[in-house]
Amino acid sequence: MAMLLNSVRSYPISPARAVQFAARSLSTSSQQHAQAQTKSKKTLARPGVKNIVLVEGVRTPFLMSGTAYADLMPHDLARAALQGLLNKTSIPKDAVDYIIYGTVIQEVKTSNVAREAALGAGFSDKIPAHTVTMACISSNQAMTSAVGLIAAGQCDAVVAGGVEFMSDVPIRHSRKMRKTMLSLNKAKTLGQRLSLIGSIRLAHLSPELPAVAEFSTAETMGHSADRLAAAFGVSRLEQDEFALRSHILAKKAQDEGLLQDVVSFKVPGRDIVSKDNGIRPSSMEQMARLKPAFVKPHGTVTAANSSFLTDGASAVLIMSEEKALAMGYKPKAYLRDFVYVSQDPKDQLLLGPTYATPKVLERAGLTMNDIDVFEFHEAFAGQIMANLKAMDSDWFAQTYMGRKAKVGTPPMEKFNLWGGSLSLGHPFGATGCRLVTTVAHRLQKEGGQFGLVAACAAGGQGHGMVIEAYPQ
Amino acid sequence: MAGVRALGVLSRLTSRKYALFTGNSFRSFSVAPAMLARTHVNYEVKGDVAVIRINDPNSKVNTLSVQMQKEMTEVMGEVWANDAVQSAVLISSKPGCFIAGADINMIQACNSEEEVTKLSQAGQKMFEQVEKSPKPIVAAINGSCLGGGLEFAIACHYRIATKSKKTVLGTPEVMLGLLPGAGGTQRLPKMVGLPGAFDMMLTGRNIRADKAKKMGLIDQLVDPLGPGLKSPEERTIEYLEEIAVECARGISNKKISLHKPKGTMQKIQDYIMSFEFVRNQIYKTVHGKVMKQSKGLYPAPLKIIECVKSGVEQGPVAGYLAESQNFGKLARTSESAALIGLYHGQVACKKNRFGTPQKEVKTLAILGAGLMGAGIAQVTVDKGVHTILKDTAEAGLARGQQQVYKGLNDKTKKRSITSFERDSILSNLTGQLDYSGFEKADMVIEAVFEDLKIKHAVLKEVEAAVSPHCIFASNTSALPIKDIAAASKRPDKVIGMHYFSPVDKMQLLEIITTEQTSKDTTASAVAVGLKQGKVIIVVGDGPGFYTTRCLAPILAEAIRVMQEGSNPKKLDGLTTSFGFPVGAATLIDEVGIDVAAHVAEDLGKAFGERFGGGNVEVLQTMVDLGYKGRKSGKGCYIYQPGLKVKELNSGIDEILEKYKLNPNPAVSSDSDIQYRLISRFVNEALLCLQEGILNSPLEGDVGAVFGLGFPPCLGGPFRYVDSFGADKLVAKMRQFEAVYGSPFTPCQLLLDHANDPSKRFYK
Repeated sequence: MAMLLNSVRSYPISPARAVQFAARSLSTSSQQHAQAQTKSKKTLARPGVKNIVLVEGVRTPFLMSGTAYADLMPHDLARAALQGLLNKTSIPKDAVDYIIYGTVIQEVKTSNVAREAALGAGFSDKIPAHTVTMACISSNQAMTSAVGLIAAGQCDAVVAGGVEFMSDVPIRHSRKMRKTMLSLNKAKTLGQRLSLIGSIRLAHLSPELPAVAEFSTAETMGHSADRLAAAFGVSRLEQDEFALRSHILAKKAQDEGLLQDVVSFKVPGRDIVSKDNGIRPSSMEQMARLKPAFVKPHGTVTAANSSFLTDGASAVLIMSEEKALAMGYKPKAYLRDFVYVSQDPKDQLLLGPTYATPKVLERAGLTMNDIDVFEFHEAFAGQIMANLKAMDSDWFAQTYMGRKAKVGTPPMEKFNLWGGSLSLGHPFGATGCRLVTTVAHRLQKEGGQFGLVAACAAGGQGHGMVIEAYPQ
Repeated sequence: MAGVRALGVLSRLTSRKYALFTGNSFRSFSVAPAMLARTHVNYEVKGDVAVIRINDPNSKVNTLSVQMQKEMTEVMGEVWANDAVQSAVLISSKPGCFIAGADINMIQACNSEEEVTKLSQAGQKMFEQVEKSPKPIVAAINGSCLGGGLEFAIACHYRIATKSKKTVLGTPEVMLGLLPGAGGTQRLPKMVGLPGAFDMMLTGRNIRADKAKKMGLIDQLVDPLGPGLKSPEERTIEYLEEIAVECARGISNKKISLHKPKGTMQKIQDYIMSFEFVRNQIYKTVHGKVMKQSKGLYPAPLKIIECVKSGVEQGPVAGYLAESQNFGKLARTSESAALIGLYHGQVACKKNRFGTPQKEVKTLAILGAGLMGAGIAQVTVDKGVHTILKDTAEAGLARGQQQVYKGLNDKTKKRSITSFERDSILSNLTGQLDYSGFEKADMVIEAVFEDLKIKHAVLKEVEAAVSPHCIFASNTSALPIKDIAAASKRPDKVIGMHYFSPVDKMQLLEIITTEQTSKDTTASAVAVGLKQGKVIIVVGDGPGFYTTRCLAPILAEAIRVMQEGSNPKKLDGLTTSFGFPVGAATLIDEVGIDVAAHVAEDLGKAFGERFGGGNVEVLQTMVDLGYKGRKSGKGCYIYQPGLKVKELNSGIDEILEKYKLNPNPAVSSDSDIQYRLISRFVNEALLCLQEGILNSPLEGDVGAVFGLGFPPCLGGPFRYVDSFGADKLVAKMRQFEAVYGSPFTPCQLLLDHANDPSKRFYK
């Protein structure tokens, strides 16, 4: 933790010092590169288990909701991601066996958004498509479903992706009003209709808004994150520092052109969008001025240290290794072991990474030291810090996870180095593919061998996946 | 099935768990005064904030005992004297309890009214110093904050409370026949307004933290935390302390204002309240309501109104004086003694004196999804016990399941549970028509029709389906358990569990053991009852056990009173004005005329002439005409769904005319009728103790009050004999005996007490 604080504190605001920093960070990664190569030649390939590879991963720019994408529909975004993938891979439009998309808040008109987007993106209408939902790990679920289809020998090439569109959400009539309107449909005589219309009261007219709240506990996620941060004694300062780190790193990655997964998108009636627009490095003083957003007046989670509502879509092409090679692709990475975990949706809502990390490492036969690249989903700075503290606690591991000892904390110099959901944005359904693609790109760039993705999700669920670099 | 719909005072007394006073009586009065270290109150200075921590080492809850007050005064003195300290936080180190109230033994140890008044004045003085403290004091509340604890908290300058389910605030003194005697009657009206303060003090109800915040009783709420690097309980208290310390600092720095801006509604309310005639109207209305509900039998509510009125109308000096003097007066009343006795009894009957059962009941099966069966399911399923509800017909089963659902759904409407919790609780309930899955049951409670043949058939079916360790409990109200057990292969596993209707409202459970019932079976039944939240009396086997047996004679007498020309309304008036929460005629309707007739006949056969009185034919004729009480819509009264006012059932006039008796003027005054009713009840209760059906007078009193609605202000039949005088009661009974004969013959135990005034049931 001290390491993090130090590194964040020494973060430069002035561009001159940014160069300094960049130089330093590059030098560390080249060291790691050397380490990684000497450390292990082992691979997670197992006899009798199919090697499944990530061929390519793309995403639309992630925009704050209500900005340039405001007039689109969710499938438009997904379509843009799919077209980007088609362009980048030049895969024939009928060479894909299956398409799976993840999404959280569904547009009711396109409830199987995977199918609508695939058709719109020009894929062959002979390719079946389905949509999955698992809160913030929906596209993780899309990818692992693809892995499952390939492993089972049912498919060889699957496109997985995710989309979220928060600029427009389904706001419904109240239940009473809906009931009246449905009865109106069935009413046969004018009298019946008039009496139904007459029964409408003012209360019928209040709309129902979707909330980012747990159904089981009725608690909003921000509120739960604040309680979680408090439970682990995470201070406001620590959260603001981590959030600032995320923005600074994202800005750097954007400026250096490291975010290669972003594909430009010509929004109808608007300019071409080619950059994420939520990255805003600010100052600690400015961040300190914000009032808590959920727990008032003593809470610590603010708008600045939480991820913001985002529009965006992502897509990846996943294949069996033989098929990829046969088609002449150079895969980016192997998708190895993965786990899903779930725990108490009230008090441990966002602790998914803590539960998933030791479990997936154990499955893969790796330890924290073997991992060169960490990409954790940053829902809230407080949530990340709480997870790091939980992962560093023997007491927590023994009392709540039934483990003998803690798994340990990821070293900060390997953690979310190109920014994270706090700064890049978090379109719920699309983030998982971004994490996996980023790991693959970072492994290539930094020369590491193993990467770990971990994420929390509403419902008290979580996901972890080990990714192995493809030999270059 | 002695169904008593508890109303008014009784329901207030019974339906809420209150821990005003600890049951722990071995408090360290005799501790050497020269004790060096403080044991109850300590403090630590964090920066410029003193954190005062309360923790009674001898008890699960903190109480304002002599020791606690002494140490608190010392600590306060040091805090005020310490120049480095700018503000203070008051917090309890106990999870789940801030301060549960004053120490009851401290009050009971007093020998005179003046002594209690002094006690109250000492409390008032201490809290006045707190209120006038130059250094702001923040009360950080987690867990119960009741009685004296609440009075302490509202004397502080700021209150922060956790939103935990365990955090409740209230002034339950009235339920013990007392009043908030340490400034509560003076500070509460200023804090929450007259109506709110009266509501709190007169009902004694517990208020949850979020409601308290809305009322203005609490300034800030803190969410309870889940697990982190420490246990949730530990960390939540720590977190509360951190926030309170910040807050105390903010108040002393003037960053947090103690002056709350008033809302428009508040301003309007204050304006209205500034008129004397409005306030007078409130006093009058409240007084009227209290008189209507308590029939003037309970002095405490009236004194509370008096204290509030003195404070508001004549100023604080008069108010505080009235409070301390009235507190002294109330503490010496027989009503307070009776209510405190019941409280002790309730605490005692919430313990399992039979030890821990060998096997915990994890699956409970209930036979019969009627009102009773479903009621039992309702109080079981939400305690995490897998509950099987079995009926023989689908319609009955559906009705029963709906009853359980409705009970839980009503809780979600009141927001005491979420709809998710409701669904998750309901997932523990299995409704079925056959015996599948009974092999997993650890206990079966039958609530089928009261007929020995049916009970035997059911018992045999159950024994064929369950595993050998399974306990068979019968929810019968009158059939002797040994008669039921006669058909059993395992009579040591057979026991009686007599619930009262409505099961979710009535606190009492009467457990009946036979000579063959094993101790472990009893321990298990008590453990289940406690889990269901019941107050439990364990009695011996016999016709009508204890409760039904006491009820039968009073009902027989009630019928006779009606035959003698008092209509049901008159009868109800006479009984409620004596302190019964439910009138005798209404009670008969609630129990069910058919059940009453059945019981009267059965017990009449078993006990003979002593159970005579009214003509059983009266009841039988009513049943024949379809007047079965509330459940059939007609009994002594006519019940119409949705209508609260009930009309007399003119249909019974004819019956009463037919069986008319001529009253004997010597024993027929209103007061005589009341004593005729009560003396038969009391005599029968004493007989139960004399015959060994009852284990102790305490259980007898608890059973009578919580199960049958015996006037709580009298404390139960045994305490009543003590307070009224056995000799006086015998004299009354002899007078009635001369007219009516053996039903009024005093039992030997009563005669013994009458002959020797030193004999008392309670010391």
